[in-house]
Amino acid sequence: MLNLYTRRRLTNAISLGVSVLAMLFGLFWLGWILWTLLEHGLPGLGAHVFTQTTPAPGSSGGLINAIFGSVMMTSVAVLIGTPIGILAGTYLAEFGQRGWLAPITRFINDILLSAPSIVIGLFVYEVYVVKVGHFAGWGGALALSIIVIPVVIRTTENMLRLIPNSLREAAAAIGAPQWKIITFVTLRAARAGILTGILLAIARISGETAPLLFTSLNNQFWSSDMNQPMANLPVVIFQFAMSPYADWHSLAWAGALLITLSVLTLNIVARVMFRQKTNTQ
Amino acid sequence: MTTLLHEASLKRQTVFDLLFRNLTRLAAFSVLALLAAIIGSLIVGSMPAINAFGFGFLTSSEWNPVTDEYGALIPIVGTLVTSGIALLIAIPVSFGIAIFLTELSPRWLRRPLGIAVELLAGIPSIIYGMWGLFIFAPLFADHVEPWLNDHIGTWPLLGPFFSGPPMGIGMLTAGIILAIMVIPFIASVMRDVFDVVPTMLKESAYGLGATTWEVMWNVVLPYTKIGVVGGIMLGLGRALGETMAVTFVIGNAHELHKSLLMPGNSISSALANEFTEAVGDLYTSSLIELGLILFFITFVVLSLARLMLYRLSKGEGQGA
Repeated sequence: MLNLYTRRRLTNAISLGVSVLAMLFGLFWLGWILWTLLEHGLPGLGAHVFTQTTPAPGSSGGLINAIFGSVMMTSVAVLIGTPIGILAGTYLAEFGQRGWLAPITRFINDILLSAPSIVIGLFVYEVYVVKVGHFAGWGGALALSIIVIPVVIRTTENMLRLIPNSLREAAAAIGAPQWKIITFVTLRAARAGILTGILLAIARISGETAPLLFTSLNNQFWSSDMNQPMANLPVVIFQFAMSPYADWHSLAWAGALLITLSVLTLNIVARVMFRQKTNTQ
Repeated sequence: MTTLLHEASLKRQTVFDLLFRNLTRLAAFSVLALLAAIIGSLIVGSMPAINAFGFGFLTSSEWNPVTDEYGALIPIVGTLVTSGIALLIAIPVSFGIAIFLTELSPRWLRRPLGIAVELLAGIPSIIYGMWGLFIFAPLFADHVEPWLNDHIGTWPLLGPFFSGPPMGIGMLTAGIILAIMVIPFIASVMRDVFDVVPTMLKESAYGLGATTWEVMWNVVLPYTKIGVVGGIMLGLGRALGETMAVTFVIGNAHELHKSLLMPGNSISSALANEFTEAVGDLYTSSLIELGLILFFITFVVLSLARLMLYRLSKGEGQGA
């Protein structure tokens, strides 16, 4: 029979050991996935990926039209989503102390933040694709912008709340009107943090596939017309990976490596930027 | 003269203030309008299916584009079962990771490990899907599933769930990959709520001679349980709506099997696979109704999650 003391020590040792294992378990998947991406993606990654358009099965090609389409749609999505997000975040942080609008908006925004992105694709299909009658790059950009808005709102509000009130009071004391206080003092002071939010939003949408399936669809050829179906990396990867052709698979791996590297880089840059900002405060 | 100028400029500034305030209010209001528009358009889009099938849609396992008859039972079951498997795996692992990050890890290792966990959350879901289909599923079929068949498959009660042809793709694989995807979300919420436990409370317990595990289990966990449940619900919300990773590995078969090794379908993967190819109004509308059901379920789960997390942060404010 173990006495109470030994039993408690044993329980402690076992559960802490299990917690170390859990940590290793988490890291193990990260390592394995990254290793797989490098192993399968690097061989397929060459100059042709950045110079040629997506091929028919059996012929050679690259991903340039998909990369271009992704960059276009992401940029438009950020251009649409960021102003709305920053303005709404400003309202929540600066004017949201009273009234019903701010708490409800905050709650709904937090839900939209993790709402299934495929439903957003369905929504844009209903209100845009059905109306214009065909899949189009604008639809994809619209769907992505709906994902950008909640991310930007949340970070903008959080960052503005970090700005000390004395800064606002100082500006008010020398007679600055409220719109000037917010645009020239608080938003400016929160600049780095808000930029972090935008980077995180870009990281979030650059791998999104589901909302693009029903909106921009895909295009095998070079197209810069946002009114037409538009190629984009995630959907190309999806189609190529699901196909039976080996050369398509290798392009899909190359694309997957590209997306993951850019997403992870954005994430790390955003964190480093935010850290520098909090350090200087 | 100067006072007049001042008054004019003051008036102008007041107008600017008003404009600015209302502009930001409009932006905030647009979030609510967006939610209303999403729900509204989904309801409008699914009207034909609602009219044709009524509530029977929820309980029918029929899914036949040829005879134009549709029911949501199989995708709903698939979504719930895969998310359930994901939570069964993810909850204990996330708890372990959170304990490690808050109590055990040396200070210098905390930040890099925290970032690593968050990077796991940053990897796009399509990457998980590809990796799952090409790397994980074949290994799972060769090494794990035969073992499950031979060992757990023969048990009286659990057996039927774990016996079946080792194909690699199926509900169990989808659930495991979902678990890997939601671990970072649950773990980082747990870590954040564990961090709000007052140090005094923990040190009192240590002072009485409690072990680290006893402090976590009997002090920290009870203190933060609302937040922990909120984090789990947040992870559940993610798992329910996850699309691409599941689409790659679930098998996309409109079949209802007892065995978890068999292919199935989830709401999101049915949408991803069939929506662009759906012909006919009723087919499209049934898929949109699936989307509506998914949105409703995740909305409820995420609302509960947020309410719980708000309650925790409020309680923290009162305690301080």
